[in-house]
Amino acid sequence: MAVRRVAPPKLQPKDFAFTAENLDWAKKQVTKYPEGRQQSAIIPLLWRAQEQNGGWLPEAAIRAVADFLGMAHIRALEVATFYTMFLLEPCGKKAHVQVCGTTPCRLRGADAIFEVCHKRIHHEPLHVSADGDFSWEEVECLGACVNAPVVLIWNDTYEDLTAESIEKVLDGFAKGAPVKPGPQIDRQMSAPVGGPTTLKSVKA
Amino acid sequence: MLDDKDRIFKNLYGQGDFGLEGARSRGSWDGTKAILEKGRDAIVAEVKASGLRGRGGAGFPTGVKWSFMPKAVGDRPHYLVVNADESEPGTCKDREIMRNDPHLLVEGCLIAGRAMDCRAGYIYVRGEFIRERERLQAAIDQAYDAKLLGKDNVHGYDFDLYVHHGAGAYICGEEMALLESLEGKKGMPRLKPPFPANMGLYGCPTTVNNVESIAVVPDIMRRGAAWFAGIGRTNNTGTKLFCISGHVEKPCTVEEAMGIPLRELIDTHCGGVRGGWDNLLAVIPGGSSMPVIPAGSSGCDDLLMDFDGCAKHKSALGTAAVIVMDKSTDIIRAFARIAYFYKHESCGQCTPCREGMGWMWRVLTRMADGRAEKREIDMLFDVTKQIEGHTICAFGDGAAWPVQGLIRHFRPEIERRIDEYTRNSDAHGAIRVAAE
Repeated sequence: MAVRRVAPPKLQPKDFAFTAENLDWAKKQVTKYPEGRQQSAIIPLLWRAQEQNGGWLPEAAIRAVADFLGMAHIRALEVATFYTMFLLEPCGKKAHVQVCGTTPCRLRGADAIFEVCHKRIHHEPLHVSADGDFSWEEVECLGACVNAPVVLIWNDTYEDLTAESIEKVLDGFAKGAPVKPGPQIDRQMSAPVGGPTTLKSVKA
Repeated sequence: MLDDKDRIFKNLYGQGDFGLEGARSRGSWDGTKAILEKGRDAIVAEVKASGLRGRGGAGFPTGVKWSFMPKAVGDRPHYLVVNADESEPGTCKDREIMRNDPHLLVEGCLIAGRAMDCRAGYIYVRGEFIRERERLQAAIDQAYDAKLLGKDNVHGYDFDLYVHHGAGAYICGEEMALLESLEGKKGMPRLKPPFPANMGLYGCPTTVNNVESIAVVPDIMRRGAAWFAGIGRTNNTGTKLFCISGHVEKPCTVEEAMGIPLRELIDTHCGGVRGGWDNLLAVIPGGSSMPVIPAGSSGCDDLLMDFDGCAKHKSALGTAAVIVMDKSTDIIRAFARIAYFYKHESCGQCTPCREGMGWMWRVLTRMADGRAEKREIDMLFDVTKQIEGHTICAFGDGAAWPVQGLIRHFRPEIERRIDEYTRNSDAHGAIRVAAE
């Protein structure tokens, strides 16, 4: 179990409000669920709030979402602290790197990816680099084990990494021109390197 | 090797179009109306006859599970919930379905919904699968636009399908935790009974199925139960997506017949174990919750990859996520990392799990260095037995089994490391690394 708390008051913005566009989107989300069950939408709404706030979730946003859904603040806070993809403290502006550290990735050399993060970003996870652009954390399985080692940055996974290719991926974010997501070697998604062994007779 | 014409996932690697047109060219949405008109009993009977066992890990027969739903809709609506919270280390099969062939799943939901008189379905996708979620939503939007889903659709069976997502909690793959999460709460499993077929989502009858279980249903209905049942072995029928990760030359996801020998699977599709078959140390056959199976004549050599084949070796097929470890692996460290995963993902509701996970991880971390006593090996085994079966959900079991498997097969290695550590010690404690 992970013990997680909201960021200290000095980092917290005073208030939070959805943009008009996000508010419309939020109202549509609620209609997916039966009447009186609007609480179901809390995870998607907190997620959108986090995106709007530059990748982390301040306490004001948790309160705002709770009010929007008619929930007690504490219930929303419970959700925000339980689910580990909600970042409760500020993260890097250009990239927050989520490195998979679970056994299948470790077997394929994730240790080297961590070393790059230690050297290049910060020696500790969830700390923003000196220039404020990058942060990293170790996450549990990202669900792309046949493409290990894997990192997730914002909405995309970067797969089949080596110490060299993760540097290139980070360079891309530093320059504001990210490399193409997916496998960083010559490979079609989860097919074996060198081409599929099956489905050869099936027309694309 | 399974013939290409017997494959269900024809766009597994995204060679073709994931969308409606591509899916139609691969045979999806063909004669769906006729399938739905067969009625719920006929659909359930067909799925039962196919021998399909749930692909989410436990292997419970899907048709039987569907038959647990109330026979008639009372004052509470029925719900179909699809578990796409694929988070078991080693498992990455549902991802390929959702991003490359989502219409298989969408059509499967409609048929499964008909088989249980559901008028709404929710697909719960794990938070990390952001692009996969977008693809799935795009496929559902296409289906709505083509009037394949929704009110007054061409099939004459009103059915709504929604995508919901989580935010990084492995425990939400447990069906009761998933329902809690879908209701907007912390993902803490509920006690069973009542089972979801009676009291599930919003207190209504609900069935939770894995993505792959649902995605194969349209093909079973179109090609017939006998075709599906003819692949694999008795009680272990059909095709299955295998994800082979770790120390093989070419890790990949591939669809194969159930019951394929492990060696054939690895040699045919993955270019063999790194350094050759003799370099194999051990295999975890079904995702990190399953006990390890060591190499050799009484282990991996004659292992058949299906439910019964893995059970013969005191392990389980789980999600068919094969984690291969060669002789360079520090096996104790590998399992200490798995223990850390469970420590991190425990929801904290039951004491044996919340406290036990951290305890097991700390002991295993010491054992990886050799900083332990031999009597602690038995103590560790004893603790796993006290966790197993003493928690609300199966998370405790899934965390205890890999440790039990490690001790069962690699006790000599743990003892050797303890010996090595003690041998290198002096009056001030142990020195492991020579001073340079």
